[in-house]
Amino acid sequence: MEKRRFAQDALSEWMREDGPDSEIVISSRIRIARNLRHHPFPMLATNQQSREVMEQLTEVPRSGKLDELGAFETFVLSDLSELEKRVLVEKHLISPNLANESRGGALVLSGSESVSIMINEEDHLRIQCLYPGFQIREAWQLASEIDDIFEQEVDYAFSERRGYLTSCPTNVGTGIRASIMMHLPALVLTQQINRILSAITQVGLAVRGLYGEGSEAIGNLFQISNQITLGQSEDEIIDNLYSVARQIIEHEKAARERLMAESQIRIEDRVQRSYGILSHATIMDSKEAAQRLSDVRLGIDLQLIQSLSPQVMNELMVLTQPGFLQQVFSEPLNTEERDVRRAELIRRYLSPKT
Amino acid sequence: MICQECGTKQATLHFTKIVNGEKTEFHICESCAREKGEGIPGTANGFSIHSLLSGLLEFEPSAGLGPKPQTIRCDECGLTYSQFRKIGRFGCSSCYKHFSDRLDPLFKRVHGNASHVGKIPKRSGGQIKYKREVEQLKKELHQHIEQEEFEQAASIRDQIRELESKITDL
Repeated sequence: MEKRRFAQDALSEWMREDGPDSEIVISSRIRIARNLRHHPFPMLATNQQSREVMEQLTEVPRSGKLDELGAFETFVLSDLSELEKRVLVEKHLISPNLANESRGGALVLSGSESVSIMINEEDHLRIQCLYPGFQIREAWQLASEIDDIFEQEVDYAFSERRGYLTSCPTNVGTGIRASIMMHLPALVLTQQINRILSAITQVGLAVRGLYGEGSEAIGNLFQISNQITLGQSEDEIIDNLYSVARQIIEHEKAARERLMAESQIRIEDRVQRSYGILSHATIMDSKEAAQRLSDVRLGIDLQLIQSLSPQVMNELMVLTQPGFLQQVFSEPLNTEERDVRRAELIRRYLSPKT
Repeated sequence: MICQECGTKQATLHFTKIVNGEKTEFHICESCAREKGEGIPGTANGFSIHSLLSGLLEFEPSAGLGPKPQTIRCDECGLTYSQFRKIGRFGCSSCYKHFSDRLDPLFKRVHGNASHVGKIPKRSGGQIKYKREVEQLKKELHQHIEQEEFEQAASIRDQIRELESKITDL
């Protein structure tokens, strides 16, 4: 079978672009949840009803209504292989829930993969827009435009008092989840991170790690998002997140400067050690890879390493995930094989180009 | 920190929620989370927020008053309030109407608020939008009348009439 485009490249096209503050902010994401008025939510829908919802919602891109925003492709989840689904999850284009548990699930994906629209996830419709760097307002504008296009064609479940009605009470109202993915190695190294993160949770925001296993952030990547969706307007929610993220960026910048001023030689040692290990190791588990990649990424941002681009790091972060490794080497791998292949892949990426 | 479930292992999953200064904390180890069938956020085995939420729902301030949760049922999808409390998810949009009396305290705990102030759908929400505009204009009208600015008041009255005709047309 010919590989689908999304499975070939580790990096979505949108991630190759440079965004504002991209030395700290990896990406900005908006997700909005919507439901159709006359259908039960996916959890209680019959297979027949789920199919109807999918038909009705996929008709919008099929009839060209989204064309003004670019090219879109629609995938029915049941047509995809397990591996393809896993790759989509690792690229954050669909949720594990849509991949594994949905009935009548579908994905509408834009050419650059910056827009992914999930159908029949926890809610009938989930519109997700991803931008590189710190562009949360831009992401909201696009998501809102797409929302308006769907709203012209289908009847949304909306109440004057409660706003957009969602399956989970934590999303009701605006149905919006705005999140910002940040790389904060200097705040972790200087042990300021816990203080800052606990301050964040005091203002109605949540923090988690990338591919989050609990509260432990892998590779110093943190995702900050709003928790409150009811009683605040979209603009208030986004402004709140924006100003908190802006402050964290400034703290991280200050911490990086201080590290360079006070202990440049030690930082340099750490960065170069990780670079050395990544360039030569033959076994590399995903946790170590994430930490070493974070060090190297910091080294690039601090101009201690000049021969690599920051995008290489973004690409490796995704590429070294289990599903992608399997896709790259086109065979099922056990854990140890995976660690060997991971090391091999990283070495290949980091070796001097001839 | 020690797991609140088993009391022996190190807690690796920490949930903190603060709404209007009220703090709820929950600490659990990974194996207890697995055992309880609760997902770890962001992994394939589910989404623990629902079970956390049902924890929030257990504290019914109005417990003992009104009909029993088992007897409150959504006419549309058949979900009972006690089922909703258990799974932490609504079955359909009508559940919001049928459980309405009980939702204010829940939404206040989760969001610190119970009423929507954000975006309104352009097409189906047109009426609501006009209604909000009319309310706003009526306030302005009163102010102008109180200050005896009758010219402005008259122009606002015309705007209200125009909007109200749109509401009945829809």
